[in-house]
Amino acid sequence: MSCSDTHMDLNDPLTVCGRVHSIETFGTVDGPGTRLVVFTQGCPMRCAYCHNPDTWQFGIGTEKSVKEILATFNRNRAFYRNGGITATGGEPLAQPEFIGALFEAAHNDPQGRIHTCLDSSGIAYNPETPEKFERVLDNTDLVLLDIKHSDPKGHLSLCEVGSERPLAFGDELNRRGIKVLIRHVVVPGITDSPEELAGVGRIIAHWDNVIGLDLLPYHVMGVKKYEELGIPYKLADTPAMDGKKIPELRKQILIARALERKKLGKQ
Amino acid sequence: MQETPAQEAWDGFVGGNWQKAIDVRDFIQRNYTPYDGDDSFLAGPTEATTKLWADVMDLFAQETANGGVLDMDTKLVSTITSHEAGYIDKPLEQIVGLQTDKPLKRALMVDGGIRMAMAACKAYGYEVDPEIVDFYTYRRKTHNAGVFDVYTEDMRKCRHSHIITGLPDAYGRGRIIGDYRRVALYGVDALIADKTNQKNGTGTVMDEKTIRHREELSEQIRALKELKQLGEIYGFDLSRPAENFKEAVQWLYLGYLAAVKEQNGAAMSIGRNTTFLDIYAERDLARGTFTESEIQEIVDHLVMKLRMVKFARTPEYNELFSGDPQWVTESIGGIGIDGRSMVTKSCFRWLHTLENMGTSPEPNLTVLWSTKLPVGFKRYCAKISITTSSIQYENDDLMRVYHGDDYAIACCVSSMRVGKEMQFFGARANLAKCLLYAINGGRDEKTGEQIGPKYRAVEGEYLDYDDVFSKYMDMMRWLAGVYVNALNAIHYMHDKYSYERIQMALHDEHVHRWFATGIAGLSVVADSLSAIKYAKVRVVRDETGLVTDYITEGDFPKYGNDDDRVDTIAHDIVEIFMNMIRQNHTYRDSVPTTSILTITSNVVYGKATGNTPDGRRAGVPFAPGANPMHHRDTHGAVASLASVAKLPFNDAQDGISNTFSIIPNALGKGSDVYFHGSELDLEHIDFSDMNLDIQIENKIDCACEADPSAVEGAEDRK
Repeated sequence: MSCSDTHMDLNDPLTVCGRVHSIETFGTVDGPGTRLVVFTQGCPMRCAYCHNPDTWQFGIGTEKSVKEILATFNRNRAFYRNGGITATGGEPLAQPEFIGALFEAAHNDPQGRIHTCLDSSGIAYNPETPEKFERVLDNTDLVLLDIKHSDPKGHLSLCEVGSERPLAFGDELNRRGIKVLIRHVVVPGITDSPEELAGVGRIIAHWDNVIGLDLLPYHVMGVKKYEELGIPYKLADTPAMDGKKIPELRKQILIARALERKKLGKQ
Repeated sequence: MQETPAQEAWDGFVGGNWQKAIDVRDFIQRNYTPYDGDDSFLAGPTEATTKLWADVMDLFAQETANGGVLDMDTKLVSTITSHEAGYIDKPLEQIVGLQTDKPLKRALMVDGGIRMAMAACKAYGYEVDPEIVDFYTYRRKTHNAGVFDVYTEDMRKCRHSHIITGLPDAYGRGRIIGDYRRVALYGVDALIADKTNQKNGTGTVMDEKTIRHREELSEQIRALKELKQLGEIYGFDLSRPAENFKEAVQWLYLGYLAAVKEQNGAAMSIGRNTTFLDIYAERDLARGTFTESEIQEIVDHLVMKLRMVKFARTPEYNELFSGDPQWVTESIGGIGIDGRSMVTKSCFRWLHTLENMGTSPEPNLTVLWSTKLPVGFKRYCAKISITTSSIQYENDDLMRVYHGDDYAIACCVSSMRVGKEMQFFGARANLAKCLLYAINGGRDEKTGEQIGPKYRAVEGEYLDYDDVFSKYMDMMRWLAGVYVNALNAIHYMHDKYSYERIQMALHDEHVHRWFATGIAGLSVVADSLSAIKYAKVRVVRDETGLVTDYITEGDFPKYGNDDDRVDTIAHDIVEIFMNMIRQNHTYRDSVPTTSILTITSNVVYGKATGNTPDGRRAGVPFAPGANPMHHRDTHGAVASLASVAKLPFNDAQDGISNTFSIIPNALGKGSDVYFHGSELDLEHIDFSDMNLDIQIENKIDCACEADPSAVEGAEDRK
């Protein structure tokens, strides 16, 4: 069933459609196990290091229904036995009805519950209209939450938007007790300083639902896409991050986190 | 087989049918000890192992420095007993035996073809003794000479145009696995007695079949006697069964050595030996005969010998491959038909050789993978794969259904029950080129020559699916006929002039024979037919009317995206071509199979094939095996694998391969990302102490891709 010939009925999650950039059937780095990864189209952020600038623009991409996506999943369900579905983007939370319907349908799939994972920066989360995000968050098993930059100014300069909403989203996830794996891209000279890493540690110390921390070394593999799209690349002079440094940098965050949690009276 | 009196050699083993008849599987099933633990019991290399392996590495370096070979025999034709004993460093070697009298010295094998043997020597600056050349040219006929005596004009043309490639008409055909375990379990005298009984029991009406059968049994008995002599050369009495683990390994290896002293087949695989040998290891550990370290040392020394198996071959034969591989495939693990895991400690020990002596493409350690394998073993396989990239995996859950639990892999994917099945292997039919012949009425798209039958070519500007498909059926039927009959000629002559006597001596009297064909270019055909069906394909003709190019207007479904519209085409082509193969007479009542598994020779097939309707340009490599064409699978690996998985194994029982390369980092995150064990239902592997910064070998080689055919104009007898 495609989207053009059906009427979308929010009460029937299978009929809900969304804008999709692409689907990767063998996702192994966006959540546990082997996963069907849905890249949604459209993102309000403009992170300087983004390697998927082709997913930024809203209103383009392919319309896909929840039913189609679950059919793709179920055709090859055996591959995903220890995995599930991940919604990433773009910014999946920018289409909360679609992802909400997808995750609800995944949880209620007649062939068996499907583990759901949301890869989001939280930028589309509006704390003033929490009801819009209820369906998604009621049906999310794990969130991969990006902390782009711990310093509000740094955040604005790196992503062209402020960090209030991402932080509010983190608080909401904590309130709900949804498991969160924090991701932080370390860019040489931008997000790898001791102060910055300590800042990330202090932010995540407040949340009891954080189960892991994944530091992603900045790479330059996205540059070609910018050339193709004719978008200037802001980090043209920034070298890739040396992956060997990651364990040490990760440790710095964890130490800051531990100190802050001690201060907060948390374990 | 005669009732054998209880022997000391078998003391402590659970008895059964295996004592009354040659039945190695029964022995294994009654006696093996499944192992569900981890790798912590393994022992590192002994001083002797480290020293010997350093010597061998040094020899390999000398070989490379010397232009690819260290030394070659030019005066002595190799047989089971042709050479004196050879050693690396005798006092240190737990397991002994070399193909010739010196390490890495290449033996002279001429039964396949004397010209090819000469060419192999010449390529490295050696010259075969003129008397030998004379003898094998004018007096003793070779396999090659026999084949060229009977090839038809059609067959020669198809070789020439490369619509059929890799016909084994100049080398050994390979792919036959002797049950070398029999040497260890029964001793050679019992095997000779058994074969003698068989010979006494044949029919007595001397029709051609009986004559050949009796002659072959005589040759087998003769080879077994020579195997005993080979034992004597190295100081062993192979007439009796092996009495401990070390002897069992030595006996088994000498059986294998006899085979590689006499046959330079493409793929001389060794079988499925680890769980069999583990029974001896367990008994010796319990008795205190050997320690774990001593057992591992014996395994290491066997594997070291297998790494040194070499043949004299021309550079053309090897040019497809990185290095000089022999496909000494050892099949490991799997699940028994009673549901018990067949993983034993020795399965670990064999994989552990990659840690003790470093990574190596040989022997080709092949894990028979099942979802039901014990977790400890799966983890160890993953660990060794990540650190060495040297393990091959095959689907035991699929193959067990057809072959039970005592099959082994010959070459890269061909499964056969050990000692009970053999195969006649050869070559590939280029189905993509065949499609172009269908369009061009049998004319070669590159030369314009009439190679195939002069059927009516397509007419008009645009290709019509039904028209092309029906013409393609006709052309495939013709190709299947020429191909199968060329192979019939080849295998008849191979049996006649280059019979694998010792390997067949280690088989049952009545073997099941597979007739293993192969196809190339499947994904090109699927996408081309899809383009014709779902887009518009316009033809471009040269001045002679020959279609040399195609212009495709519009998009079409491409194989590799889990799209049934095109995946069904790929499935149907395999089924249809296989049925056309089956419609032909096959030599010695063999049962036809096919394989879709070119892995690196796709480059060569591509080179020989012009522009295709899917948009592939002339000369561009085909996708390997059953893989989708490069960059056309755009939905990720699961969708790509799902397309491949739709191909009918029942019609391609000789194997379907999918070459899948991925960088380790793209295979997922280590568990170190999480603060503690995740609550998700996952099996965590601790990668933290491993160096993930490795290069994945993108090339998996396979002997079926070697071109064992004679160079044109270099036949042994004109």
